[in-house]
Amino acid sequence: MLLREVGYAKPSSVADALAVLAGQDGARALAGGQTLINVMKARAASPDVLVDLNAIEALKGIELAADGTLSIGPMTTCAEIIDSAEAKARPILGEVCAQIADVQVRNRGTIGGNICANDPTNHLPPLLTAIGAQMTIAGSAGERVVPAEEFFVGVYLTAVGPAELLTRITIPAGRHDGFASVTLGVDGTCIANAAASAGGSLRIALGCVDSVPVLLTPDGVGSVRAAVRGAGLDPPADVHASAEYRLHLAEVLAVRAAQQALERR
Amino acid sequence: MAAVSSSKVVTVTVNGVEHEREVEARKLLIHLIRDDLDLTGTHIGCDTGNCGACSVIVDGVLVKSCMMLAVQADGAVIETVEGLADGGELTALQQAFGANHALQCGYCTPGMLMSATALLRTNPSPTEEQIKKALQGNICRCTGYWNIFEAVKAAAGSEA
Repeated sequence: MLLREVGYAKPSSVADALAVLAGQDGARALAGGQTLINVMKARAASPDVLVDLNAIEALKGIELAADGTLSIGPMTTCAEIIDSAEAKARPILGEVCAQIADVQVRNRGTIGGNICANDPTNHLPPLLTAIGAQMTIAGSAGERVVPAEEFFVGVYLTAVGPAELLTRITIPAGRHDGFASVTLGVDGTCIANAAASAGGSLRIALGCVDSVPVLLTPDGVGSVRAAVRGAGLDPPADVHASAEYRLHLAEVLAVRAAQQALERR
Repeated sequence: MAAVSSSKVVTVTVNGVEHEREVEARKLLIHLIRDDLDLTGTHIGCDTGNCGACSVIVDGVLVKSCMMLAVQADGAVIETVEGLADGGELTALQQAFGANHALQCGYCTPGMLMSATALLRTNPSPTEEQIKKALQGNICRCTGYWNIFEAVKAAAGSEA
């Protein structure tokens, strides 16, 4: 397929990338390209300028602090998360990344790209919401930290503004997690998914049922179904599932994810 | 500030040979490989990143070349299916594909070979589950996959 003509820049620092994003009309960040390149092929969106983030070392790497806090660069690929010794401090990360698409996509696709795309069927937005991740966003006004439950704003929309960049994903320690999904084929697109995180409180995030992950905080696994039913969900209907079936799946998967999380404590 | 341009001169080393080409930023890597470098062994099957017929190895990493821009591969070392055989001698994997009837029309085969090559480099003795996972991104319409898995197992068994 032929993409629309586009400008291209490959900055080597966050500051440089922000300057291009701010200074060029229609500029858009390019991470792994496993979503954006397809979007551009279909011309569903045609940025005027692509700012390739692949040369910015500050956006890469996984650090494990002594207190167990994980700090992940958004340009870390799914494959790197799966192979990372540090990321194994939070096994759910590699386990869920291993369910995304296939080897080729995981070798290029990044955690930052996955969450900034915020497709309602993506795995990582509900996962990061459940585990209480904090996202660091850099812009001309400096840096700010946005908790996951405020990061996902709408379909394909996050708190990262046009001239801003996600620069860090911070995951607090001390929790155990689960994830359950029903997909189109093995490792396919999610029809419904749920992530759960236990540790003091129980947090459950439902994907696929709304424009953004839906966060629930039931008292325990016994209250999960009631919490899902009481959340006023109006899931979409499509060729893969009716609204009623998706709602039913949300309940079932929420319970499965919660049980997984609690079993790992 | 990093320069913005709609085209760029890229240098790629493909199967050991260095090439320099000026390409538009919008050109996909698959088109650089097929149209500019005349290496038509790598195929376009779906254009949407699903079928894996375009799979190549870039800097040691298996990728779908229709899901990457050519400008992103500037400076990269690329391996395509044409680079597998040494002179006229097919690799153990290629021979196993032939011996195990792991191809019919052959359209998915270059992608399958690159994915299996990438697998066997890091996992010389994969289980059937690992082979299936490694080939998850490669679709075949003809064979029903079984003989492809058998060929990869055979190659794993025979490779030194």
